[in-house]
Amino acid sequence: MKDQKQKMKLNLKHKMKRNLLIATSAVSIATTAAVSAEVSDATVSVKAMADALHLVMDSDRSVYTKKIVNRLVKKDKVIKASEHFEDDKALALPAQMFRFGSELAAKRAEKMDDVNFSYTLQSLWPINKQNAPKTEAEKTGLKYVAENKGKNYYTTEKLGGINYFTAIYADTGVAPVCVSCHNAHPDTPKKDFKIGDVMGGVVIRIPVEG
Amino acid sequence: MSISETTVKWIVWIILTTIAAVWLGNVMLSDRADKTLFMPGALSPGHHQLAQACDACHVDAFGGGEVLQRACVDCHGKERVKPFDSHPSKKFKDPRNAELLASIDALSCISCHTEHRPEITAKDGVTQPEDFCFYCHQEVAKDRPSHEGMGFDSCKDSGCHNFHNNRALYTDFLTKHLDEPPTLKEVVLPASEYLSVLDEIIEYPREKYPVVQLEEKDIDAAERLGDKTEIKNDWLQTAHAKSGVNCTACHVDQGEEASSWEDHPKPSACSSCHSVEVERFTQGKHGMRLKQGLTPMTPAQARLPMKADASHESLTCNSCHGGHRFDVQEAAVEACLGCHDDDHSLAYEQSEHYKLWQKEINGEAESNTGVSCASCHMPRINYDVSEWTSRIIVDHNQSANLSPNSKMIRSSCLHCHGLELTLDALADGTSIKNNFAGAPAVHIPTMDLAFKEKQRREREAAEADHEAE
Repeated sequence: MKDQKQKMKLNLKHKMKRNLLIATSAVSIATTAAVSAEVSDATVSVKAMADALHLVMDSDRSVYTKKIVNRLVKKDKVIKASEHFEDDKALALPAQMFRFGSELAAKRAEKMDDVNFSYTLQSLWPINKQNAPKTEAEKTGLKYVAENKGKNYYTTEKLGGINYFTAIYADTGVAPVCVSCHNAHPDTPKKDFKIGDVMGGVVIRIPVEG
Repeated sequence: MSISETTVKWIVWIILTTIAAVWLGNVMLSDRADKTLFMPGALSPGHHQLAQACDACHVDAFGGGEVLQRACVDCHGKERVKPFDSHPSKKFKDPRNAELLASIDALSCISCHTEHRPEITAKDGVTQPEDFCFYCHQEVAKDRPSHEGMGFDSCKDSGCHNFHNNRALYTDFLTKHLDEPPTLKEVVLPASEYLSVLDEIIEYPREKYPVVQLEEKDIDAAERLGDKTEIKNDWLQTAHAKSGVNCTACHVDQGEEASSWEDHPKPSACSSCHSVEVERFTQGKHGMRLKQGLTPMTPAQARLPMKADASHESLTCNSCHGGHRFDVQEAAVEACLGCHDDDHSLAYEQSEHYKLWQKEINGEAESNTGVSCASCHMPRINYDVSEWTSRIIVDHNQSANLSPNSKMIRSSCLHCHGLELTLDALADGTSIKNNFAGAPAVHIPTMDLAFKEKQRREREAAEADHEAE
């Protein structure tokens, strides 16, 4: 077990070295095509990488929420969306779709030497208590983005002996379904969300040296 | 020159040590020698058949837990994903869980499941810590007031929670199944759909053996068949003859390399059309030795009580699906009872399930209304045969549907019974032994708690509505 942890750590360190210098842009993550030295040496900051990642994931989720879930559930009324989507033969909730993407990305990144990041959707008012903030950075950051609309929160933190650049972005209830579902869920700690409220936040972590 | 006594002792010691070293080294390095000698303790019920195949788990002589982990995932990985696993490893890989992992390493199977430790191996065949739920769910009573005061050593009691498979035990599922009668009104088990999905089975050798009804004149090994009319008549009655599966389809290996006639086809021959079934068979206790390249399992190797006269039968496809009739009704009951000799098996023929089965096979009841051994232990399930398609298969990995027995709830019991009766029956050891004669004598509170939770939710929702007004 110790060996495994050490191996993971080494692997991470190896990944971090590259991450720090060549914080690969979100676009190049999708491809492993050969690139010229000139292109591969170009750098972007970890903050820019995090911002780009957030932009992609937020846009994808917005499209899923709007064009799939809201259209079929609210407008066309042909199918339900359910957290037990397999049992209920329904659509996966946007938050679940987001998490599945995060888990798949993490799994695929394991096999890529120079790609390492993770992201989660969390809330100060989580339905699933495992999605409540755990680290100090998460607690402070989620509070910050809820109280300072339109601003992101950036910090560094050390978890399990590894340093991370951590970026937190507000997650806003844009559609009536987001708000009504959360307010009505039996396990929600907050039942009075309104459209436009910050309901949680996306936390992106990129390991860095230092 | 005389040799001193000490020198003689040294020489004898060196000779004996060399002999022992050569012998042990030979055992260690030989592929199939019995290596139980080196075992630190007896293997668990799930693995004991693999005593000759140390390398099934110890895939590399060098390396620690990560080597074992690879072997665990190689055989069990497919079951360790959502929705079959509530705690898949990917859940814990996020850096924010580093602190949790420090107290319980949920990424590694051997954190909880230790092999070679029979003295601490639990009923379901694995070692389990008593109160592992505590590490992450200390505050459960906040979300589930009904759980206030419950001990963390009671979480995994029968009918409550499992670490892995909770498909039939999550709150919304329980509340959905409240108020069900012990036996449902219309009961029917899933039907076979193999024939109707033949087109989807890519590996089916349809070019060589088109799906058409074959008759006696079509037999492609008439010379070999000679005057064996029983074989011929058996085959003519089968789905094989009805769908173009000629003699050579099974008796000549359809793999890439051309091969010669085989009198006793191996499971690989069945694989050319029934690959999923064969694959699942080699993942369960009946076929797991074949997967490791060992000789087939025999009932003599079983730890459950088996009939003495069946001790040396070999377990392959043909053990249950006797050629050339491949009678699936026989495979569903007689084949099982030919070997299994425990109380539950012996009581089957006195059970209500068996009465229903007899009615079905005698043509007095509709298809799929009888309950055979296979109905519960090798149920028809909707199985992902690839990443993109699923079909109804008979799950030939019977071990995947047992231990803990709550895995059977959805695949077997709930087709005919209400959830409350099911949970009680599966928790009642006596009832299991006598094959469910009479109502269970045990009542577990799972459904009562689900009812309370439902009431709480309704009350809170009503309060919220009231406030909104």
